[in-house]
Amino acid sequence: MEMPSPNPAILARKARLAERLLSVLPADAVIQDEAETRAYECDALTAYRCPPLLAVLPRSTQEVSAVLRICHEESVPVVPRGAGTSLAGGALPTADCVILGVARMNEVLETDFENRVIRVQTGRTNLSVSGAVEDEDFFYAPDPSSQLACAIAGNIAMNSGGAHCLKYGVTTNNLLGVTMVMMDGTVVEIGGAHLDSGGLDLLGVICGSEGQLGVVTEATLRILRKPEGARPVLIGFDSNEVAGACVSDIIKAGILPVAIEFMDRPCIKACEAFAKAGYPMCEALLIIEVEGSEAEIGHQLGLITEIARSHNPVELREAGNADEAARIWLGRKSAFGAMGQINDYMCLDGTIPVSSLPFVLRRIGEMSKEFGLDVANVFHAGDGNMHPLILFDANKPGDLETCEAFGAEILKLCVEAGGCLTGEHGVGIEKRDLMLHQYSETDLEAQLKVKDVFDPKWLLNPAKVFPLPVTEGRRAAVVAAE
Amino acid sequence: MKMMTPQSEAELAEIIAGANGPLCIQGGGSRGLAVEGEVLSTRGLSGVELYEPGALTLVVKAGTPVAEVEALLAAENQRLAFEPMDHRGLLGTDGEPTIGGVIAANVSGPRRIQAGAARDHLLGVRFVDGSGQVVKNGGRVMKNVTGYDLVKLMCGAHGTLGVLTEVSLKVLPRAETAATVTLTGLDLPGAVRAMFAALGSPFDVTGAAYVADTYQAHIRVEGFRASAAYRSAELVKLLSSFAMAEVREDAESLWQGIRDVAAFQGREGDVWRISVKPSDAVELVPQLQADALQFDWGGGLIWVLVPEGTDMRARVNVPGHATLVRASAETRARFGVFQPQPGPLAAISEGLRRQFDPSGILNPGLMG
Repeated sequence: MEMPSPNPAILARKARLAERLLSVLPADAVIQDEAETRAYECDALTAYRCPPLLAVLPRSTQEVSAVLRICHEESVPVVPRGAGTSLAGGALPTADCVILGVARMNEVLETDFENRVIRVQTGRTNLSVSGAVEDEDFFYAPDPSSQLACAIAGNIAMNSGGAHCLKYGVTTNNLLGVTMVMMDGTVVEIGGAHLDSGGLDLLGVICGSEGQLGVVTEATLRILRKPEGARPVLIGFDSNEVAGACVSDIIKAGILPVAIEFMDRPCIKACEAFAKAGYPMCEALLIIEVEGSEAEIGHQLGLITEIARSHNPVELREAGNADEAARIWLGRKSAFGAMGQINDYMCLDGTIPVSSLPFVLRRIGEMSKEFGLDVANVFHAGDGNMHPLILFDANKPGDLETCEAFGAEILKLCVEAGGCLTGEHGVGIEKRDLMLHQYSETDLEAQLKVKDVFDPKWLLNPAKVFPLPVTEGRRAAVVAAE
Repeated sequence: MKMMTPQSEAELAEIIAGANGPLCIQGGGSRGLAVEGEVLSTRGLSGVELYEPGALTLVVKAGTPVAEVEALLAAENQRLAFEPMDHRGLLGTDGEPTIGGVIAANVSGPRRIQAGAARDHLLGVRFVDGSGQVVKNGGRVMKNVTGYDLVKLMCGAHGTLGVLTEVSLKVLPRAETAATVTLTGLDLPGAVRAMFAALGSPFDVTGAAYVADTYQAHIRVEGFRASAAYRSAELVKLLSSFAMAEVREDAESLWQGIRDVAAFQGREGDVWRISVKPSDAVELVPQLQADALQFDWGGGLIWVLVPEGTDMRARVNVPGHATLVRASAETRARFGVFQPQPGPLAAISEGLRRQFDPSGILNPGLMG
């Protein structure tokens, strides 16, 4: 994965830049020592590392504004960072950039149960947003797997999803307003506790822009009252096709479960070995969860099991109590840990139309043989968001490269099947070079034009999302202007 | 007035590329947003490209009538969950509303508080920008974070950034039944408090409206029959301390009336649509000096009928926005249809318009 070579003129100005930043921030908020900047050399895509020139940890919107104004004047690239849990390299630095971390901005600013909103600083972790309202039986719906660690800032940057978004939507559907600092230091307020925009939907394009349009420092989020209860059912099938048909039939019957998770045989095997959840050994396993009162749950599970039975499942297990429910989820929730136990793995994130599921899984199986690497599939089946996990050995020369090539082929397959490169992790650097498989140059140019408006000097996270050759002219123009 | 009705996306792109004056972009023309200029209609781009009920996805050309889309979905027991309003009754227009018009104007109805707005159900778009370039963004799958979300940007842009040619939508199952709890004898503060209680309950409310003329608040739940019955009964228990509460199942026309603001139809005056934080509505309303009012979205969406030429925005002093939905051409020109944005946001919007429509020919002036 190529990154632009650092600008020597910026490297040479490190001391002056640090001094200017120290004039607007407390001493402990500017990190310049090489041993300490190393802490910011990568995010959760650990295969790629590069310590930044400097890192800053502001505590307020005003401090963020002051930092960005200086970096703008100095024409120094800025890479915003939430909690550093991106699997796509969204927070990967370049050697000539300033990392702007929002981790110290983690306050709850306002909870409003009447209007059902919460306003937080964006360094706050996803799970602790729900934590701040759970005493009143409310929650914040988007639930990425990393929710214990990941920050709302990163959730907004990547438009994060989660297992429950079939019913509750992803970040963009739960974000009502932001305070954002533009690259030149201007602070803007967009949206708020009211619904919809009076003008263009700027909030909509900011969410998911991977930190390239501005730094979001505060967010107004929709909170919801918790349902009375929830319960899963586990259904095993002897073919992926039949499991896919079962999902389709459930949806066509008018049932909208909160989650439909799918695991294939290699995944079931690994999870079972790791977590001993008592899963049946079969080709495909569905975990379907429904919500509501006891009677409503019973009714929906009744309909689901009736449909499942018509597809001759090899196993059908309803949770009779909380313990059984936890056992059903146990294997699924430890899937990534189980894979990590076996080997190094790369987690992909393509989305496909649900109807293409059997075809795509069959092709992945064939490709697994061609590339000589095993792959296990976990899958948000209701919305087609796949997470193939490719197993490789990081210590074996060439294995990472083979794994990346295999991953790229799977993502291209997702696009060919009518889907997309990334459903919830974001493009970052990981899928940057595949963008022209999904979009034409004209399509990408339309996106670049948006960045031109928000960040005319192309300083915010500039080497991400788009293939480098596509953005080269714009990035070079800034350097030339200096 | 000359009307151009291209029959294909390529033809539409050619027209825009060759245009040298303002274009009035139109679907069915039922939403009263026409600007001066040659009319460019999307009605020739009609038809379903793909419908997969099992995947909850529909891809349809922009000029397809909403009625056709709704009938197609109804046959599979599905629907557009955002419940788009039909403006014809309120505005006295008679065009055939198109799906592209719904999306271009981000039109949603009472279910917006639970299911989201039109923009939350839009998965992908194809559009022609002001230079005649065909652009696609998003796709046909529900989870997609590949690149910038121009899908949201196009939804509600009213054609000012590009002319929609095709939209992909997430559709949802149609509920087996609906039950409405009606609370009678409430003033606005009481109604807003009752709606807070309902919306803060675990009973998954899909509509919460207050009709000031009748002093009635209506709370809707939907789902399987037994479930809707259970939740409406629980809501009656929860809400009976606010007012007399009763449950009715035959309220479809009531909700359609709320959606389409039937209460204002045929009445003289300008119509404004104000979106605020629901708790702000109570303080705000006396200042509006309205002839008639209707509240949707738990109190956050205020429909206001006032004498012609009233400057409603001067009376709204809380965060939110006020849209002029019905007025004479002169009043519209004076106040503008949309709430002017604060300086920095207006500059961003203007910058985006200049990027996507460099010669300023797409619905010029409509959004600023």
